[in-house]
Amino acid sequence: MNLVVNGVGQALDIDPRTTLLDALREHLHLTGAKKGCDHGQCGACTVLLDGRRVNSCLVLAISQQDAEVTTVEGLAEGGQPHPVQRAFLEHDGYQCGYCTPGQICSAVGMLDELKQGWPSAVADDDLEAQIRERMSGNLCRCGAYANIVPAIVDAR
Amino acid sequence: MKTFEYTAVTDVRSAVGAFPEGAAFLAGGTNLVDLMKLGVATPDVLVDINKLPLHEIEELPGGGLRIGAGVRNSDLAAHPRVRSDFPVLSEALLNGASGQLRNMATTGGNLLQRTRCRYFTDMTKPCNKHEPGSGCPAREGDHRNLAILGASEHCVATHPSDMAVALAALDAVVLITGPDGDREVPVTELHRLPGDAPQLDSVLRHGELITAVEVPALAFARVSAYRKARDRASYAFAVGSVAAALDVEDGVVRDVRLAFGAVAAKPWRAYRAEEALRNGRATRESFLAAADAELTEAEPLRDNAYKVTLIRNLVASTLERLVTA
Repeated sequence: MNLVVNGVGQALDIDPRTTLLDALREHLHLTGAKKGCDHGQCGACTVLLDGRRVNSCLVLAISQQDAEVTTVEGLAEGGQPHPVQRAFLEHDGYQCGYCTPGQICSAVGMLDELKQGWPSAVADDDLEAQIRERMSGNLCRCGAYANIVPAIVDAR
Repeated sequence: MKTFEYTAVTDVRSAVGAFPEGAAFLAGGTNLVDLMKLGVATPDVLVDINKLPLHEIEELPGGGLRIGAGVRNSDLAAHPRVRSDFPVLSEALLNGASGQLRNMATTGGNLLQRTRCRYFTDMTKPCNKHEPGSGCPAREGDHRNLAILGASEHCVATHPSDMAVALAALDAVVLITGPDGDREVPVTELHRLPGDAPQLDSVLRHGELITAVEVPALAFARVSAYRKARDRASYAFAVGSVAAALDVEDGVVRDVRLAFGAVAAKPWRAYRAEEALRNGRATRESFLAAADAELTEAEPLRDNAYKVTLIRNLVASTLERLVTA
């Protein structure tokens, strides 16, 4: 099967049981996306699939023939970090860093959803509360939320 | 994960026409793939339906909507007509899961997701859904978030969907295609109460596929809301929820739709409460009395009696908010 990962076509010979996360990490050696819970509960495996953020641990790779996948390794452009990556650096938006690639990919997808006017369960007038709600699928066991939220506000 | 054969289909007829024994349809996969990892779901064949042309939301004559079964939860929640005319549905979707999961999860798959009862999702435990007759540890064990209505001695599981609660309140109808033709089932009748066959979640038969959900026009659904109580502020299943639409004139309830979530193996349409509310005063007292009319048949277990009070208060606060909306 074929995937386009970070703009590069990749041919994969995989067992149908292989998740997109395992295809990225074990077959393509892109270890940015992390395996946290492996059950779609922590968000560490978040990547962009055809432009939308998803939990790659719950996607069977074989079901994504010819799909475009963007991982944290593919966010930088022209040697420059993505604005969300830069904001995480500036705001120290992590401690151990394990959840960070998922946080960053999720934030990139989420900011696009925000731009498209997608609603959230939290009222529009409180941006920080909205970001907390919209990012609730990404857990940080170090509790670095106090810096993650301002980083995302800044990158918006 | 057990091995399986993978096949992708591109038209509905071939999807249902050659659906082998032991096969499962793969839509968003957010629940099914997880259950396969846990060994709870062990399909021999996975029939991928993501390429079926079921991704549209169509407007029906008169103001209803036909939602393709493959429409993603995030797209349905953001649809302008859903937001303006059926806010209860948009709110229910947005209160469910996470942004990532809503981007994958589909309308049909959301309806058919399985209970999150901890004994059901743990293959080392007995469970009458896994293996009929093996027993239900939940009755004496951890049932804090399990059913208070419609349960049986064999199973006290709850249906976990938020979306389904809104659809039940809105009189939505599920369109089904199967080997023996097409049929329609109201959302309120799609899921089964456990009775003595808790292994059967729904009335769907082998090879039947949900192709769409129709939400009929309901003018007063513009005044509707979904209220969900849970253990943390976001990204958690409901411990109790209420979907409501209310039509009030001069302080009197002309009409109402009411359904409860996280209380039963199905989204619980509160017909008795609706009946008690119609033509009565739109006051907190009558809202509480209506909730009581529905909850008289509740049979809480040792650790979930709180849900009776919770639902009662959610009914009153949600309807009060709609009165002033």
